[in-house]
Amino acid sequence: MDLQEAQAHLANLLRVASDAFHKVPGSAVLVRYIRSSYQNDPVRSAIELVLFIFFIRYLLSPSYSTSKENYVKLTEEEIDELVDEWTPEPLVAAPTPQEEAELEKIPVIAGPTGPKSKLANGKTVTNLASYNFYNFNANEQIKDKAIQALRTYGVGPCGPPQFYGTQDVHMKTEADIASYLGTEGCIVYAHAFSTISSVIPSFCKRGDIIVADRGVNYSIRRGLEISRSSVKWYNHNDFEDLEQVMRKVVKEQAGKKLTRRFIVTEALFETTGDINDLPKLIELKEKYKFRLMLDETWSFGVLGRTGRGLTEAQNVDPSQVDMIVGSLAGPLCAGGGFCAGAKEVVEHQRVSSTAYTFSAALPAMLAVTASECINLLQSNPEILQQCRDNIRLMRAQLDPRSDWVVCTSDPENPIMILIIKPDVVHARRLTVEDQERLLQECVDEALANGVLITKLKTAPIAKHTSLKDGSYVPTPALKVCVTSGLSKKDVEKAGVTIRHAITKVMTRKTNNKLGVPTA
Amino acid sequence: MPRKFNPFSTSTMPQTERLGERRPSQSKNRLAGLFTKSKEQLQNPQRLQGPSPQMSSPSPLPTISLSTAAGGELDTDESPTTLFEPPSADEAQAQKRRDAQFGPLLDRNHLYVSAHQGGKLLPPIEDEPPYYYVLTTYISYLVLIFLGHARDFFGKRFGDKKSYQSLKVHNGYAPLNDDFDNFYVRRLKRRLDDCFARPTTGVPGRYITLIDRDSNDYNRTYRYTGTYTETLNMSSYNYLGFAQSEGPCADAVEDCVRKTGLSLASPRADTGTSELALEVEREVAKFVGKPAAMVFSMGFVTNAGTFPALVSRGDLIISDELNHASIRIGARLSGAVIRSFKHNNMEDLERKLREAISQGQPRTHRPWKKILVAVEGLYSMEGTMVDLPGVLELKRKYKFYLYIDEAHSIGALGPRGRGVCDYFGIDPSEVDILMGTLTKSFGANGGYIAADKSIIDGLRISNAASLLGESPTPSVLMQILSSLRLITGELCPGQGEERLQRLAFNSRYLRLGLKRLGFITYGHDDSPIIPVVLYNPGKMSAFSHEMLKRKISVVVVGYPATPLISSRARFCISAAHNKDDMDRVLAACDEVGDILQLKYSTGIAGGQDPLPEGVTPEMEAEWRKANGLEGVYKPPRWKLTDVLARGVQDAKEPLR
Ligand SMILES: Cc1ncc(COP(=O)(O)O)c(C=O)c1O
Ligand SMILES: Cc1ncc(COP(=O)(O)O)c(C=O)c1O
Repeated sequence: MDLQEAQAHLANLLRVASDAFHKVPGSAVLVRYIRSSYQNDPVRSAIELVLFIFFIRYLLSPSYSTSKENYVKLTEEEIDELVDEWTPEPLVAAPTPQEEAELEKIPVIAGPTGPKSKLANGKTVTNLASYNFYNFNANEQIKDKAIQALRTYGVGPCGPPQFYGTQDVHMKTEADIASYLGTEGCIVYAHAFSTISSVIPSFCKRGDIIVADRGVNYSIRRGLEISRSSVKWYNHNDFEDLEQVMRKVVKEQAGKKLTRRFIVTEALFETTGDINDLPKLIELKEKYKFRLMLDETWSFGVLGRTGRGLTEAQNVDPSQVDMIVGSLAGPLCAGGGFCAGAKEVVEHQRVSSTAYTFSAALPAMLAVTASECINLLQSNPEILQQCRDNIRLMRAQLDPRSDWVVCTSDPENPIMILIIKPDVVHARRLTVEDQERLLQECVDEALANGVLITKLKTAPIAKHTSLKDGSYVPTPALKVCVTSGLSKKDVEKAGVTIRHAITKVMTRKTNNKLGVPTA
Repeated sequence: MPRKFNPFSTSTMPQTERLGERRPSQSKNRLAGLFTKSKEQLQNPQRLQGPSPQMSSPSPLPTISLSTAAGGELDTDESPTTLFEPPSADEAQAQKRRDAQFGPLLDRNHLYVSAHQGGKLLPPIEDEPPYYYVLTTYISYLVLIFLGHARDFFGKRFGDKKSYQSLKVHNGYAPLNDDFDNFYVRRLKRRLDDCFARPTTGVPGRYITLIDRDSNDYNRTYRYTGTYTETLNMSSYNYLGFAQSEGPCADAVEDCVRKTGLSLASPRADTGTSELALEVEREVAKFVGKPAAMVFSMGFVTNAGTFPALVSRGDLIISDELNHASIRIGARLSGAVIRSFKHNNMEDLERKLREAISQGQPRTHRPWKKILVAVEGLYSMEGTMVDLPGVLELKRKYKFYLYIDEAHSIGALGPRGRGVCDYFGIDPSEVDILMGTLTKSFGANGGYIAADKSIIDGLRISNAASLLGESPTPSVLMQILSSLRLITGELCPGQGEERLQRLAFNSRYLRLGLKRLGFITYGHDDSPIIPVVLYNPGKMSAFSHEMLKRKISVVVVGYPATPLISSRARFCISAAHNKDDMDRVLAACDEVGDILQLKYSTGIAGGQDPLPEGVTPEMEAEWRKANGLEGVYKPPRWKLTDVLARGVQDAKEPLR
């Protein structure tokens, strides 16, 4: 094609294009506009043109997200090569010999659990490791009720509560708990450990503020993490620190849109066993307008004259606590957990609490068991007294008498948390691992002498590092769970056995790096 | 309408009459005569060959327990068409009770073996309704949202102080409930709230007894009327029919409670480990074909606790976009990076894998420590099965670890009920982690993880749910153990197999029937979960109510559990159902489908007319070509009689 031809071609093309352009409605206006604007102000036209080109370019440019900023472009062959080269780590690290030994040591119960339990190795031991504080597990009356429920409802409800899984027994259990505690409503979950982990995120969303005790248990930590709220920590049971944190929150938030604020803490602490001060909490919460979420997992069925928990023990109106969360799986020998509070609080969870909506309902026989146990506690508060007497006896054998351990639990807490005395730890320079090992030896020694106790499981919290600033290493501890199912003599005997076991382990040559304690 | 053959002929007379009234055209129509007659012909032979003839018509259970008295009067005018000596009143009562939990099998022909027919697992064909319905669905939501906001706007200013208090800053406290969540619940969900959380009593078996309630303040509060309605249960996850209060499982559970008590009252790592728990774990492992297993007392926490124990920072989880909430929570707690791929789409999964491996971790480009792909065996809202052969092909190439949540597929799929691996004939050792729940097929509670022994040992010491969470109670463990033994045939040989095959047959039979009637269903053909798409939000509550009037309880699900547009009803099939029950559902759907205009299908997803004599399904493509019928599909709108007449035979062929 020679040049002339090409020129003619181009002219033709331009003419066709200009014809087409003039046929477009409104093109005349555009031409007039450009012409006049160019005459008035050529600079402006130039700027407009630049803007127009920029706009087109912007529209045509591929959309990319910021995460692709350092995306490396590779050919398919290169990708194949990388795929071939990549070797993943093993899915789960094989357990270390020490962990394997620990696994081996998990006791296996044969037959029913009780104050005296038979182990799979044939030995019968005094069981001070289960939460069977009132030995409801052996109560024939409750068993009858449970079996009656089995014969009416079968075992599983085969569906989540929203989809035909709500049975009349669940509604009854909810009503029973609500009237026992004195709250407006109650919702029953199928799993105690998952309850508070799900209650927290159902209320606390991104942008909300949670003030939490540093010593809270692992379930709460999971809930805090899922919630995506901003979490502030205060020192364990330190109300001055709490007030300071709250004041700071209020100050920082002044002038901003009001967000929900919560205090999350426990009634009896899982890792330390000590008790909270509810009146003080209420005072602070009302002063600074926070809502209070109280985990009563370890105090429900334990504290107070009839076992209603911290509210009863410290004479606080339960309606002042916004959410009370508790367990039906411990001393009540049933299963599941609950959250009690105002009607609005309860109904909200039915649609937006994941562990409730997306999980099957509690088996009817367990719901009935929980109702029956609550009934028993209410009508026979002396059961609680018996247990408290046993706690006192056990404690007398351990806390003041032992040179090696102290009990950090509240005097009414049947779970006695025993930690190695701080001066011993200090004098012997015991690391956390050393303490864990020593305490495991204590457990083994006690078991060899016929008393089954256990150790606080600290690993989940210690390894849970994703919550900023909330890192907290629980002190390794022994856990001795007292039960009313033992006679006074048995309790004292078991107490002596445990004390001697501890002494024996702590004075073993191999363990005694620096000889006798300096204290 | 001859009442005797009305599929809804239960005790309440007025209802059947009402049905007749609603469709007067049928009784005038000459076809209607045909309709009823052929149904009679159809049902009669069946009655004669059924092994338990007294069960020909589903009749309500008069009492389940004292608390459920008033379950309905006895169906007095329908004399049992039994060929045998009439049983004594007590015996008949007991039998009725048993049948209400687990229906008798009517014919040995109503069985099918659930197994993959070979070849690639194709995604189910998704049919779409005419645009009109899509448009009206969007408009419905717009109207609902607009009305809701308008009512909130005026309500907050002029309305009743008390009922709007929770939306406003009150006394210095921010409103407790987030506005959108709360808006959704108040303004959208409340309108159909009475379709959710219907309280029940008794066993959720073949029938389920609902506690009647009504509301005179638009579902804000309910009043219990004191009556009960026994309905056909199309809603519980009772796949193998183990929701029973009698029989070998219940007996074993009772015995176990007597001997070992109610609970172990301790986490597994303290003193919650019993010999029984270890035995259950061994049996579960054997059942799913893995060397070791551990059980938990809740399915949700099995996922929520295990992911953090498997993966952590520096690892990648690639998760199907429709995975269950428990998987998402577990993944989030683990600290690993989470990406998702399009539901069951292997091309998308491969794309995501190639990108992940070649790009490495964000910013640093360090290689991922490991990649875990999480899928479900059977998706509970879609009825789709994972394309396991496809996933495994990718796994061999890309070396990721595979986690399958078999919550709905364990017990429900495969010739031996052992889940998706069994269904596809795949060796379970190819999958790293098999998780499942015991809440569904086993009629118990809880979940399990099965894997190699070293993995399980590692999990035992690192899984918080077993270190701190409560252990399963002896009663629940015994239910698992005994139902498991029934499935494998160690207990009552033959019964477990029959349950599996009944489930498979019922699922295919109902799905085929629904397709032929003109409904759009989702999911794979062998799935015991059959979602029927309704589209309009208003149709959710209408469908649920219409079915309830016909004494069938169904689950309806809408936004946010499904995409905005595809609200659906979901049928969960059980081995406790028999063909009569499925026919009853089909008849009800046929009527309700006409009333509510639910027959949307275009035919591309099945329900076509039978092929002419001499043309086999394999020859279909050729035959279509020869007759110029390629891509030509007639919208299926079969008559109920035809559906029932051909169902049994066609359900065992590839569905078309
Ligand atoms: C309202 C509601 N309830 C319960 C569920 C539970 O479903 P699943 O049984 O699959 O956990 C869902 C699921 O999306 C739901 O939307
Ligand atoms: C896929 C999937 N995983 C886990 C679960 C939770 O099981 P569970 O009801 O035993 O808590 C469900 C239940 O709805 C589920 O559908």
